[in-house]
Amino acid sequence: MLKISQPDYAALRKHGEETYPHECCGVLLGKMDDGVRVVKETVRCGNTRSDSPENRYNIDPQELIPAQRKAREQGMDIIGFYHSHPDHPARWSNTDLQEAHWFACSYVITSVEMGIASRTHSFVLAGVGEEDKRFEDENIEVA
Amino acid sequence: MKVNIPTPLRQYAEKRDAVDVPAKTVGEALSELVARHPDLRKHLYTSDGKLRSFVNVYLNDEDVRYLADKEATIVSDNDSLSIVPSIAGGSTHWRCK
Repeated sequence: MLKISQPDYAALRKHGEETYPHECCGVLLGKMDDGVRVVKETVRCGNTRSDSPENRYNIDPQELIPAQRKAREQGMDIIGFYHSHPDHPARWSNTDLQEAHWFACSYVITSVEMGIASRTHSFVLAGVGEEDKRFEDENIEVA
Repeated sequence: MKVNIPTPLRQYAEKRDAVDVPAKTVGEALSELVARHPDLRKHLYTSDGKLRSFVNVYLNDEDVRYLADKEATIVSDNDSLSIVPSIAGGSTHWRCK
């Protein structure tokens, strides 16, 4: 399960509306608590895929360095990521799976239809390596 | 020097978020890291010993691939190395489960 506050949940959905028709992306900082990923903060990132931003996203690893440092200093971890699917369902794509490498982390996807955020779903990257990786549905609790 | 371990790889490094290793170069630091935590090797390297394409290594705030001496770059005890798996994807070719 992924627990996230209403403001953080609204923030990541709003990010997708702001970047429409391009995909947005960001990082989820928080803690693992007895199998539950608890989001404490969302960090907006830029989408470096300027060649195809409407259906691709990439976070510059350089943006992850300060996020990782901030998490460590505040006793948190990077527990997941979010991105949007403009005019596409809030379901993982083959591209999402192929490009996912953060095992046991949440990948939150928001569908943005005609500029308005609709559904938001979360998936955990399961498996032990590239050979058997898969996305599993994850419930989101907005509190 | 300190090597920062990303969340998904900590399970292969005794759940540590960072490991201190003695090293004179970036390459030595990575070698020492996998020597201490052998289970990390297959997640960082291909079978022919090259860093996996999606594994980014940063020396402080610099991508090691763009340093003149790459993995032969000299390091000091005050430097830190960060392993950052890539984060990417996109909606094309979506499919429902």
